[in-house]
Amino acid sequence: MTELQTQPGPQDVSPGQEPLLRVDRMSRHFKIGNALSRSALHAVDDMSFTIGEREIVAIAGESGSGKSTVARVLAKIYKPTSGEAYFQGKPLSAIRSRREKLRYSGLVPMVFQDPFSSIHPVFRVSHGVMRALKLHRPELTSEQRFTEAVRVFDAVGLNPGAEVLQRYPHELSGGQRQRVGFAQALAMRPKLILADEPVSMLDVSIRIGLLNVMARLRDEEGVSILYITHDLASARYVADRLIVMYAGQIAEAGPIEDVLASPKHPYTQLLLSAVPDPKAELNVGAETDRGEPPRVIDPVPGCRFRFRCPVAIADCHTQDPQLLQLSPGHSAACFVAQSGAEVKAF
Amino acid sequence: MAHALADDQYGLDSPSRLGPVLEIRDLSVEYVLEGGIVGAVDNVSFDVAPGEFLAIVGESGCGKSTLLFGIAQLLNPPAEISGGSVTFKGRNLVQLTEHDLAAVRWKDMSVVMQSAMNALNPVTSVGAQFRDAMRAHGVTSKEEIHRRSVEVLKMVGIDPVHLKSYPHQLSGGMRQRSMIAMAMLFTPELIIMDEPTSALDVVAQRSLMAQIKDLQREYDFAVIFVTHDMSLVRHFSDRLMVMYAGQVSEVGPTQQLFEQPHHPYTVGLMDAFPSIRGPRVQLTGIPGSPPDLARPPAGCRFAPRCPKVMSRCETDPPPDYQVEGTSVRCFLYDAPEVLSD
Amino acid sequence: MAIPITTTGLPQPAEGISGTRRRSTPHRITKAIRTNRKATIGVFLMAVFIFVALFPGLLAHQDPNAITNHVFAHPSAAHWLGTDNLGRDVYAQVIDGTRNVLILALAVGLLTTVVAMLIGVAAAYLGGVWDSVLNFVTDVLLVIPIFPLLIIIAAYLPNAGNNVLILVLAFTGWSYTARQLRSQAQSLRNRDYLLAARVRGERPRYIIVVEILPVMTSLLLASFLNNALYAVLAGSGLQFIGIGNGNNVSWGTTLYWAQQNNALGSGLYVWAIVPGACIALMGAAFAFINYAFDEIGNPALRPLTAAKARKAAQSSTKRRLGSYGARAR
Repeated sequence: MTELQTQPGPQDVSPGQEPLLRVDRMSRHFKIGNALSRSALHAVDDMSFTIGEREIVAIAGESGSGKSTVARVLAKIYKPTSGEAYFQGKPLSAIRSRREKLRYSGLVPMVFQDPFSSIHPVFRVSHGVMRALKLHRPELTSEQRFTEAVRVFDAVGLNPGAEVLQRYPHELSGGQRQRVGFAQALAMRPKLILADEPVSMLDVSIRIGLLNVMARLRDEEGVSILYITHDLASARYVADRLIVMYAGQIAEAGPIEDVLASPKHPYTQLLLSAVPDPKAELNVGAETDRGEPPRVIDPVPGCRFRFRCPVAIADCHTQDPQLLQLSPGHSAACFVAQSGAEVKAF
Repeated sequence: MAHALADDQYGLDSPSRLGPVLEIRDLSVEYVLEGGIVGAVDNVSFDVAPGEFLAIVGESGCGKSTLLFGIAQLLNPPAEISGGSVTFKGRNLVQLTEHDLAAVRWKDMSVVMQSAMNALNPVTSVGAQFRDAMRAHGVTSKEEIHRRSVEVLKMVGIDPVHLKSYPHQLSGGMRQRSMIAMAMLFTPELIIMDEPTSALDVVAQRSLMAQIKDLQREYDFAVIFVTHDMSLVRHFSDRLMVMYAGQVSEVGPTQQLFEQPHHPYTVGLMDAFPSIRGPRVQLTGIPGSPPDLARPPAGCRFAPRCPKVMSRCETDPPPDYQVEGTSVRCFLYDAPEVLSD
Repeated sequence: MAIPITTTGLPQPAEGISGTRRRSTPHRITKAIRTNRKATIGVFLMAVFIFVALFPGLLAHQDPNAITNHVFAHPSAAHWLGTDNLGRDVYAQVIDGTRNVLILALAVGLLTTVVAMLIGVAAAYLGGVWDSVLNFVTDVLLVIPIFPLLIIIAAYLPNAGNNVLILVLAFTGWSYTARQLRSQAQSLRNRDYLLAARVRGERPRYIIVVEILPVMTSLLLASFLNNALYAVLAGSGLQFIGIGNGNNVSWGTTLYWAQQNNALGSGLYVWAIVPGACIALMGAAFAFINYAFDEIGNPALRPLTAAKARKAAQSSTKRRLGSYGARAR
């Protein structure tokens, strides 16, 4: 079996060179309650990260961590409450005209989680791809569109492409439908694919096929992928860098092997310890942790993990920890880790 | 038919330890559809010993959920049991009337469904649902109902104040736990669980598994746990049964299956899990898809996808062979000495 | 690395069930009509009415408007259903009137559904201010009592022809359907495939027409049939109370003249009853077809006839008493 290669991370980007995507202190809050209430759900708070060319960045977190919201803001489904995201140097908020929006949606498409509801049930699976081509690559003739549709279907492993294009969604399995989702995205010649939990609803034995497709897209088509997931093992398999989210904020970020080999934030350690691994011994960790991430409504200052953290200190209850670099490319938002102490929470 | 119940309402008297608590023999379930008959479960046989944790693993469409419903006698048309027996504590459940089944249900055998949000009534409180369950099985005293409800909630680690809560007020993990608490109301001898952790995040998942295992050790009931994620049950199950296309392809002690999988499908499944701690290598999974059960292939059902396929696999269906304590349905293990009955 | 798919492309939803390849839509529809009793009756009736509307001359040889001296006649060989107050042949009137009613029903059904669709689906999809505005308009019309409104409008348009009647009925009828369609469109709105279309860069117009509407076909069809039924009854009702042009030949106007001339009281039962029976039959035809499509689309609604119940009981007994194995106890 071949060893997987890790792509170089953004520390190899020379300063001054703008990364493909740069998110700068982005927040997204949702008003909750009735029209008179002032409460806000802080789905994403003050997030900053970058994605470079040809790299897969995984955002891992449990439900309620805000990871899906990040993808939706980047897909321009929601507007950020504050902060900004820059794609190829240009801010997202400056994308106003129909032409610019179309261009952006072709460069940054999204793949959805549910294979059973993300493809239109009434049309053949060729429908989405052909529409994508029509909208985003108007210079192609209709024969060229068909050839391209066949090419992208083949590229994601749906062979023979010409035959599968004629099928209806209910004739394909879940794994095949997710491949169709990636093919649709690929047809638009994207630079960055936002993949929102693309394998979560598939059987574990089928996930590998999709993960291999994603790796191939990065290696052969030069596409970057933002891979949203709750499964660290699949993130490890396919991603170059990892961002761990908790309660709307980044807990830890860095090259994936680094973060998994020496996790600095107690939450990352908790997640790692809970991942079932058939090839490893049972980690007799803190089984008493019941695992319920909070919904953050009108938060007060303090680390949001403090209620579950076995090593919390006084500062954790009064101040918000900042994301600071602790070793090359590897940062964590934890006072205890930042103080230099070795964190062995779980 | 006489009701074979223990005097103690909650079945805490120790059950008979002689023989398996559940024996499935040649069970087959079919879906009778307009287009034809689909054999979802084909001649499945296995036993469950008292207090044993048996995990049933397989991909979507392999028949594991259908098998579960068949065991619990919860099948609805167009699905029906077309053959075989389900012997629970000596009685064949398939032949019982609804009336007699009701006596067995919940007191001796209970079911935890896949998604608590679907199984719990969203418009009544948790406590009210416990009360309904208990009343349905003959417990009428209010104090008794309350006492037992508090007791089972404590068993699963939920504050009894939540008896008044509605399901949507509880988190996902708590909902699943309350489902398990409900299943424990009468401390049955067998609890059947259909992917109870699939809606939960990984930390909540591990916590729930550990909880189930603790309860099992303390109250000594058997568990049949259906899942598509093998790694989840690795450290919790005693035996593991792998299903493919409606049939049992391999069954044996969990430890053994993981260390030395025999059936090529099991080997393929093991290889499809990316490891979080081991070396980072490229995996291929199992190419192809499961067969159409309306027209199952002659011979071995895994043959079209099997890397070790032989010519006889395509024409003859393999029997079960015993290999080192594991039962494997594969011609690779055909040797005169090891052929099972 | 290409993972070849097997030729049996496997659909996933239910465990253990693999779908058979879909037969063509016309074939499925004809089969459904043949097997469902309500559909058969409804389609048969409708076919009869359509035939009569298209070829009235084949069935009635007399001019329905021909005034004769034979007034208030009872049914006879010359006039199968008798004559009215002006000596016109009632049978010819009924046959000829079919066309009027059918056109009324189909036109109102179509117009109402189209307007309701445009307003309801747009309101659901666009949301926000548009939704509020369109909803307000819909609700106002919904709340106003229809019949009085119809009477007032029609009273201002004396001797209104069929076209005015169609417009009036459609105007008062669309709001109810718009509500229904809006509800369904709202529930569809957040399906992932619609979000995917939006993220792909499709315009709202396109999404509504191409992506949402095809999924709503069964509700649209039901709305059409429902509104056609409404038009038959309300339209005939209006004509019966004298609104609309009394010289047009239609069942409602025939009934009007019958009522004006006290047909029931004078023993001219046929004149009074037959047009009414035709109205009821056409209404029933639309209703049957509507129910039938409901049942075809949703198997849970199919009635459990005695035969099916017996069969179900038999198979469950067979299962329970073990007719298949020696292991039965």
